[in-house]
Amino acid sequence: MGIEKNTVEIAPGIRQVPGTPVVISPIDKIINWARAGSMWPVTFGLACCAIEMMATGASHFDLDRYGIIFRATPRQADVLIVAGTVTKKMAPIVRRVYDQMPEPKYVIAMGSCACSGGIFKTYSVAQGADEFLPVDIYIPGCPPRPEALLFGLLTLQQKIKREAKKWGFWR
Amino acid sequence: MEELLNELKEKFSSVIIEVQEKDYPTLICKRTGFLDLIKHLKEEKGFKYLIDLCGVDYLNYPKKNFEERFEVVYHLYNLDSKVLLRLKVRIPEEDCWHHSVTPLWRTADWFERECYDMFGIKFKGHPNLRRVLMPDDWEGHPLRKDYPVYLEEEQEWDTYKKFIQKYKG
Amino acid sequence: MATYLEINKKQVNEEKWEEPFYLNMGPQHPSTHGVLRLFLELEGETIVNCTPIIGYLHRGVEKLGENLNYNQAIVLSDRLDYIASAANNTAFALAFEKLMGLEVPRRAKLLRTIVCEMARICNHLLWLATHALDIGAMTVFLYCFRDREWLLNIYEKICGARLTHTYVRVGGVRQDFTQEIIDELYKFTEEFPPRIYDYETLIDVNRIWLKRTKGIAVVPPEDAINLGLTGPCLRGSGIAYDVRKFRPYDAYGEVDFVVPTGKNGDTYDRYRVRMEELRQANSIIRQCLDKLPETEGEPVVAEDAPDLLMPERIKKPEPKPVPKKGVIFRGADVPVVPPGEAFAAIESPKGELSVYVVSDGSSKPWRLRVRTPSFVHISAIPYMTKNHMIADLIAIIGTLDIVLGDSDR
Repeated sequence: MGIEKNTVEIAPGIRQVPGTPVVISPIDKIINWARAGSMWPVTFGLACCAIEMMATGASHFDLDRYGIIFRATPRQADVLIVAGTVTKKMAPIVRRVYDQMPEPKYVIAMGSCACSGGIFKTYSVAQGADEFLPVDIYIPGCPPRPEALLFGLLTLQQKIKREAKKWGFWR
Repeated sequence: MEELLNELKEKFSSVIIEVQEKDYPTLICKRTGFLDLIKHLKEEKGFKYLIDLCGVDYLNYPKKNFEERFEVVYHLYNLDSKVLLRLKVRIPEEDCWHHSVTPLWRTADWFERECYDMFGIKFKGHPNLRRVLMPDDWEGHPLRKDYPVYLEEEQEWDTYKKFIQKYKG
Repeated sequence: MATYLEINKKQVNEEKWEEPFYLNMGPQHPSTHGVLRLFLELEGETIVNCTPIIGYLHRGVEKLGENLNYNQAIVLSDRLDYIASAANNTAFALAFEKLMGLEVPRRAKLLRTIVCEMARICNHLLWLATHALDIGAMTVFLYCFRDREWLLNIYEKICGARLTHTYVRVGGVRQDFTQEIIDELYKFTEEFPPRIYDYETLIDVNRIWLKRTKGIAVVPPEDAINLGLTGPCLRGSGIAYDVRKFRPYDAYGEVDFVVPTGKNGDTYDRYRVRMEELRQANSIIRQCLDKLPETEGEPVVAEDAPDLLMPERIKKPEPKPVPKKGVIFRGADVPVVPPGEAFAAIESPKGELSVYVVSDGSSKPWRLRVRTPSFVHISAIPYMTKNHMIADLIAIIGTLDIVLGDSDR
């Protein structure tokens, strides 16, 4: 095919004509590519894991180099990182923050507490954020290391890149 | 130390039931007249710093030598003489209230609210006795011994039950 | 301070606008350091009334601790004040040791003191980072996290975890330091004091910093005691109350350090106190390291420390018991702890952390009460914010150094 001969693959499924600003790609692929390159999580620390989340964003691990920049408001964010224990008192607020985020939105449950309640099987703790949120990525650990969070975020990028027929008003 | 205890025992013989020597000197007091004792300790004896105020539930405690179910425990500290004093007041279940020390210490405000939240002990004279840790419409007092650690589905808090039913699936 | 309100009152009266304005801040707010919710009653931008609402992170640690045995309860203490978990571990361990009548070996005491002071440095660095970030200094945040990461790496070498260590256990510590860790710590104590100087050059005489912190949230000494403030917040008001000096525990009796105090009791003084504490903590670590060779070869756990988790008991093939409703874990129900009660307090980086434990003779505590500094400090917010502007509220939350896991338990 002529396309393959005259273009270079710059990302899976996205081909550029060298020397020109022309890109040939299915629209799904290019939208997913753009989304995966600029995931903006909302700064929403609940408990211990929030400290590791901050450490991931700070000097040593530096999330900015992946295009991941923390936003203070849910209205500008794509990813909700549920970092820490979700209590029953807090659960409606977590849900409200999620509801305020514009589509497309993703949820990462960071830490054992957000995954399953962790060691806190008590009267006041919600047993996992997935009781009321559609969770995309689960990161175990108490708290997970910053590398684990990075891996989770990169896995989410992979997931976004594979998405098809999900956000298709152009279809 | 000995002098202080003897003086207190003499002066407040109707309030202090027993003096115990544990890791710190412990005074077991009656509810009536307790406010006078603690006021005296704060204003005359220099116990200006209330470290802690907490409740203890002694339901079915083995080898219990008293009738009442609850105890409210105060830890007072004298910053000048470096003496720590523990006061205990026993509170029966059916008459579950105690005097508030919030007018004496502002820090007692939240301690008492927490004690009410967790044990259901009402503090008379407290300006704003509401739950502090649990939601306002929570049922029961979690740190009581007859309260379960984990709530099964039928015991679940109504608001949360409705909330997860709305979003499940 | 009254001027704010007076000016505002005047304006309000002139415009005949009397209705107060209510604002809800949190639980999702980047500057509330967690899930703190503040309900504000405002007049213009001046705070008339501030009601903190907590409990959004109440996990039932006390209740859960009553259903786990003593060694397991220490694991929960990590999650209280997750920035300085070693200090929490120590508080729990001290109370349990007092209850059991254990004597901790000297080497373990020194090691505990070292990890506690490392926790203090970690905590103050994180406090400085977030406090400065809230007020508007971004660089300090990056500097502090760089150095904090170094300490966390040392922690990882010591016990394998970065935040939640459970290194301190009943009767001593988990394991001895290796030579590599001691060398690394020596290197750290060498290089850290110049770095404190670095942070100070960034903000100490910075005009914005001074304007945002001087004269903000002044607490007179009598009120500070009445409000129950402890730690740097109390010492900023000029009272040299420090549990490490007043009721020495671990190896604090044998090391030499100064308790820094402030004069005016404002946000700037509290900042100065904490910066000074960083230096003192560094020197305490150094002194303890120097003392370590004297105790070479000593055990790090008391010999009669009860091993409450007995593996052979678990291995026995038993008929599976029907789990009781509401009980998570049933350990060995052997009476190993004499009935009684114990109270132990430590100077955690945030203030006085005290544990009151009542035992009924079984392997689990009957009542486990933790008095956490953050809980008391949050209750002081209404007093401290009165007649301040909303922007100052952020500085006040920062200066109190609160952690919501600590306050809600």
